[in-house]
Amino acid sequence: MSDDKSHDPNQMTGAAMIVRALADHGVKHLFGYPGGAVLPIYDEIFQQSDVEHILVRHEQGAGHAAEGYARSTGKPGVVLVTSGPGATNMVTPLTDALMDSIPLVCITGQVPTHLIGNDAFQECDTVGITRPCTKHNWLVRDVNDLAKVLHEAFYVATSGRPGPVVVDVPKDVQFATGTYHPPRKTDVHVSYKPRVKGDPAQIRKAVALMASAKRPVIYSGGGVINSGNEASKLLRDLVEATGFPITSTLMGLGAYPASGKNWLGMLGMHGTYEANMAMHDCDVMLCVGARFDDRITGRTDAFSPGSKKIHIDIDPSSINKNIRVDVPIIGDAANVLSDLLQAFKAEGKKPKIDPWWFEIGRWRARNSLAYKKNNDVILPQYAIQRLFEATRGHDTYITTEVGQHQMWAAQFFGFEEPHRWMTSGGLGTMGYGLPAALGVQVAHRDSLVIDIAGDASVQMTMQEMSSAVQYELPIKIFILNNQYMGMVRQWQQLLHGNRLSHSYTEAMPDFVKLAEAYGGVGLQAIKPGDLDGALQEMIKVKKPVLFDCRVAALENCFPMIPSGKAHNEMLLPAEANDDATAAAFAGGKALV
Amino acid sequence: MNQPASAYFMEERHDPNETHTLSVLVANEPGVLARVIGLFSGRGYNIESLTVSETESQKHVSRITIVTTGTPMVITQIKHQLDRMIPVYQVVDMTLTGRSIERELAMVKVKGSGDQRIEAMRLAEVFRARVVDATNESFVFEITGGTSKIDQFVNLMRPIGLVEVSRTGVAAIGRGPDGM
Repeated sequence: MSDDKSHDPNQMTGAAMIVRALADHGVKHLFGYPGGAVLPIYDEIFQQSDVEHILVRHEQGAGHAAEGYARSTGKPGVVLVTSGPGATNMVTPLTDALMDSIPLVCITGQVPTHLIGNDAFQECDTVGITRPCTKHNWLVRDVNDLAKVLHEAFYVATSGRPGPVVVDVPKDVQFATGTYHPPRKTDVHVSYKPRVKGDPAQIRKAVALMASAKRPVIYSGGGVINSGNEASKLLRDLVEATGFPITSTLMGLGAYPASGKNWLGMLGMHGTYEANMAMHDCDVMLCVGARFDDRITGRTDAFSPGSKKIHIDIDPSSINKNIRVDVPIIGDAANVLSDLLQAFKAEGKKPKIDPWWFEIGRWRARNSLAYKKNNDVILPQYAIQRLFEATRGHDTYITTEVGQHQMWAAQFFGFEEPHRWMTSGGLGTMGYGLPAALGVQVAHRDSLVIDIAGDASVQMTMQEMSSAVQYELPIKIFILNNQYMGMVRQWQQLLHGNRLSHSYTEAMPDFVKLAEAYGGVGLQAIKPGDLDGALQEMIKVKKPVLFDCRVAALENCFPMIPSGKAHNEMLLPAEANDDATAAAFAGGKALV
Repeated sequence: MNQPASAYFMEERHDPNETHTLSVLVANEPGVLARVIGLFSGRGYNIESLTVSETESQKHVSRITIVTTGTPMVITQIKHQLDRMIPVYQVVDMTLTGRSIERELAMVKVKGSGDQRIEAMRLAEVFRARVVDATNESFVFEITGGTSKIDQFVNLMRPIGLVEVSRTGVAAIGRGPDGM
């Protein structure tokens, strides 16, 4: 009796298809946590060596690790978790990835199809729960649909505006045998066609505006990073060709080098004075891969009132969402920048903007990032500056948690290249940085990976220290320890009468001992004089490090645009006395 | 004190709301309606009326007709948000095309006796409503038409003895030889 099917190499179980599809998509690393509903997949993982599985300590850690992996490589991050709590623990990283347009492919186990809807053990409505926090998601009920869905999942996650996707696979589908096929073009949803090429007519309009600009500014964002290294290169070429000043969002740092002569620093709520003033007073704004979010615009009806705005974005829904723009260009940043650059060069006119640079020079002279030196306590700004100096010449990747330390890192650490800066921008997820650093280090084994952390954030996902020790990933957790949730405390001070409700951590673990308990290395710096030596030690150690950097407890993060205020209503550190602060923040309580 | 409004809606305050009818062609796959409705609830958009049914079973295409209100900027945003959903083929703003026919069907139950019954029948005739069920003390009328016509019919039935109404919501289609 002939049994053709048993000889067909494409006949396999659903679980085998999943591992095979990962290999077919070039996945080298997978972050996950086993459980009842994914056991067949884990059994397949055990029996192969194409894909290395990194075991985390909590599913949220897997998600953020995959985000760090994705952000630092440009490839999708892949996560495997079980049903029920495994899936619900992924909700935070999925939402984080959706907000910051990070490509993630998350495979979740599900209870067997006949139990779906029965409130079975570890059952939850995964596609229902993750629908609003994914770019798209699928529940696969038939093993013969699995290959197509997996291939489509990779395509959707990585094409157009990238984002997270979930493929929910019931356990009986993992066991069932069906036909696998390698990725092919027809696996893609016919209704999904992201537009990547910019409209030439719109590009001509943009060039005309740019050529006639007297006070231009380029405002770039995470979309340039997502588009790939070519986009960052083209952005640099465009800045060179035009001579325009350039600022960037938090997500876009590194696309243009911080040492570049046209760099204004980051813009927005904690951006530099010169960047925000340039945005406010410009006559032509070129926005590339950014989305005018509220941390950038401040008060929308007073946002850059006199400018013509050009907006390049791959997502049409980003256009005119918050700010009306004059020349929208839908397309991929690299494509559009390339066309724009070519058209601008063909025009042959580099506008004379010397008076504008003179004006910017005056704003720069205000030195908005200045802080008072202190010889007794370590100031957080100083700590970041020393860290930056200590890491020069190293192949460095930086992740952060969320809060004051994140803003100081953005202000004081200079990024020269894209993909070197991993931070939770849109969602603002405390606890992102440590697992993200883990993911970055998995992708870049020999690089120096540092999580600039706060003492509060880092405790949210501290357990991943254990994963770092297990896989010998020498991540460096540089904790700016002020014993407060610094940004919460800052807002309470500025907006809530200095009533520091629950923002002080009265019981703090001994981070040095904690590091040692995990099997890592603990370091501490208390005085400014200790810092440089301890930093060198941290960089030298080839083990995971928790660095307890004790910093001034009550330092505030300036400059700052109080929310609901305009770019030209910034509060600078030198002017932030009590009266000025009270006036600047008057009426802002209701805002976030 | 002059409290600044939230940065999120500041821009919108003075723009008047408009009502638009959107036709959305979607792949008829599980959960597609939940995605569309979730978009509206999650982003705080209004749904005045929503109808959905498979229209091309061979191609597994369903047509969702949504009547929504918002400022012009919000309406544009709704269309873009719908359009970027993976299973959505196409979104057409029937109100902007200005060449669409919009109809809904309602079944209206009216209870009464004597003159009330005669009046109900007389009005039904004026509105070209059909009787689809009758007892000694009640009628069920079936009526099709634009939303305002049905509103008007229902309002006229109220004093006569309106019991309940079931409406399908608006279905819309463009005039002329071309499809969406």
